[in-house]
Amino acid sequence: MKKLIQKFNGPNQSGVVGFFEDEDKLLEAAKKTYEGGHRHFDTISPFPIHGMDDAMGLKRSILPWFTFVGGAVGCAFALWFQWWTSAVDYPLNIGGKPLFSLPAFVPVIFEVTVLLAGLCSFAGVLVLCKLPRINPPILDPDLTSHKFALYIPSSESGYTEEKAKSFLSGIGASDIRSFSEF
Amino acid sequence: MMKRNILVEGNKDYKQISEEICSPTEVPPGKGWVAYFIPANLLLVFYFCVLGAIIGIGMGLMGVNHPVGWGTDIVTFVFWVGIGHAGTLISAILFLFRQKWRTGINRTAEAMTIFAVMCAGIFPLVHTGRPWFAYWLLPYPNQRGPLWVNFRSPLEWDVFAVSTYLTISFVFWYMGMVPDIATLRDRAKNSIRKLIYGPLSLGWRGTNRHWQHYESAYLMLAGLSTPLVLSVHSIVSFDFAVANLPGWHTTIFPPYFVAGAVFSGFAMVVTLMCLIRIGYPQMKDYVTINHLETMNKVIMTTGMMVGYAYASEFFIAWYSGVEYETFTFINRAFGPYWWAYWIMVSCNVIFPQLFWFKAIRRSLPAMFVITIFVNIGMWFERYVITVTSLHADFLPSNWGIFTLTFYDFGVLVGSFGMFFTLFLLFLRVLPMVAMSEIKPMIHVGRKDGH
Repeated sequence: MKKLIQKFNGPNQSGVVGFFEDEDKLLEAAKKTYEGGHRHFDTISPFPIHGMDDAMGLKRSILPWFTFVGGAVGCAFALWFQWWTSAVDYPLNIGGKPLFSLPAFVPVIFEVTVLLAGLCSFAGVLVLCKLPRINPPILDPDLTSHKFALYIPSSESGYTEEKAKSFLSGIGASDIRSFSEF
Repeated sequence: MMKRNILVEGNKDYKQISEEICSPTEVPPGKGWVAYFIPANLLLVFYFCVLGAIIGIGMGLMGVNHPVGWGTDIVTFVFWVGIGHAGTLISAILFLFRQKWRTGINRTAEAMTIFAVMCAGIFPLVHTGRPWFAYWLLPYPNQRGPLWVNFRSPLEWDVFAVSTYLTISFVFWYMGMVPDIATLRDRAKNSIRKLIYGPLSLGWRGTNRHWQHYESAYLMLAGLSTPLVLSVHSIVSFDFAVANLPGWHTTIFPPYFVAGAVFSGFAMVVTLMCLIRIGYPQMKDYVTINHLETMNKVIMTTGMMVGYAYASEFFIAWYSGVEYETFTFINRAFGPYWWAYWIMVSCNVIFPQLFWFKAIRRSLPAMFVITIFVNIGMWFERYVITVTSLHADFLPSNWGIFTLTFYDFGVLVGSFGMFFTLFLLFLRVLPMVAMSEIKPMIHVGRKDGH
């Protein structure tokens, strides 16, 4: 069972984590970590922090493409489906209107566009964040409540535990510890 | 310089916020909650009985007949869908407009939206008379041709609009809640809570690489919900406006219905917030009088828009010179349903004018009473539109009077049982304030603030 969950969740990583007092200090620390040449580190906070993406050197999320593709597929499908059912598969004269009555098809096209765009946006979050995960290891239960942390994973180039620990203490982290899985 | 109002009172820190928002789900319910929950549940049981009778025995139990074929079911459907609109307006439109005060109320308002739309969805199904064939509303391959649904019909547009609205509102609500459910999971002391909140949180851990995509998706959903919410009540209004009946066949209907929906929805939010502030005293710091005052201003504004629509309809009825149109409007105000019309006008146009006075805008008892009146008025607005136009159309030989039966009242009152049962369960098991959204706002208006 445990192996199955492990397989579902994907590989864990080890590394070193340090804690910061508030979001401003964490933002400052992230900037310094990025400037220090780290590229795989991440911050953990109970809420999104304004400016953190820039501080970590992250590019814009590609998520809007999920929305766009979902919307485009929904729009095209709804248009095709209404044309096919009304004008091709079972043509019926209703109130003398044309079989392909485009203006009357607009509301359903709109609704299906929004529906698929919205569902794809949510699916995009799951895909890009590799969620859901079953009971993944956490570094501290208070990180979703009031604590702020920054971790450097072992995948960072030139990583040694000692170096990462001394770097974190150099940028003002407290309660620095190493973890074996996250 | 203009000073910002404090959004979260009580000089709280992040830990205290988690503590106060999570605690209602972690401790046994108080007497107040039970005192609401038992009557709500009884009302729900009553609702099931009434619905069972109507579905089992037949539509004849309700007042609809010739010529008034649309009665309480349609009126109450429009009423509940309209209520839902405030939640999306608060969560999506105010988000796009960067109105930070929305963070105190958006979660509850979105929950209200979903439960209101769920309540609404039942009525058209009951109204069909044979709800066990409800799936006929969907375009699915069948052995009758296949005979597809008529995509030119506003009633079919409604099927798509309402189901899309419910789905997208739910996704928006749930996605906004994932980080907060993770908070509940990490605070969980026993394994049952871990088992419930663990899967619901999807394994969220709050890393910035995740927040980045999450925030982007949230913005996308807000952008999608904004035109969606405007489309839903527009399409509901097409149910009426596309028909040729005097009093229905007007181009003002879509904006008029949307304004009315926001009006009634905000009134419902204020009513619920007054009750929440009584039941959960810690919520007074999150839903402050300033929040309520702002909402009351919106209620007054949309109330005047609705009043303008009433006046405009009358003017156009006269200005068009169409005798049927003129008759319908004079008949609305002075005919057999004059009482419904004047309940509508006084509740929707006159009473909200009291909000011009700051003392009334900021008085809880006053706003509680006025917002309930608003919702009574808005139910009667839909009653007036539906019934008065149908009961006297073009041919006097086709005229008749619609009377409400016990079952009409039963479904109306009973649907509140369903709504309040769901809403109270929500308060009990899910965080009622969006913690991950309100935490960044605690500095707003404070001396140490930005």
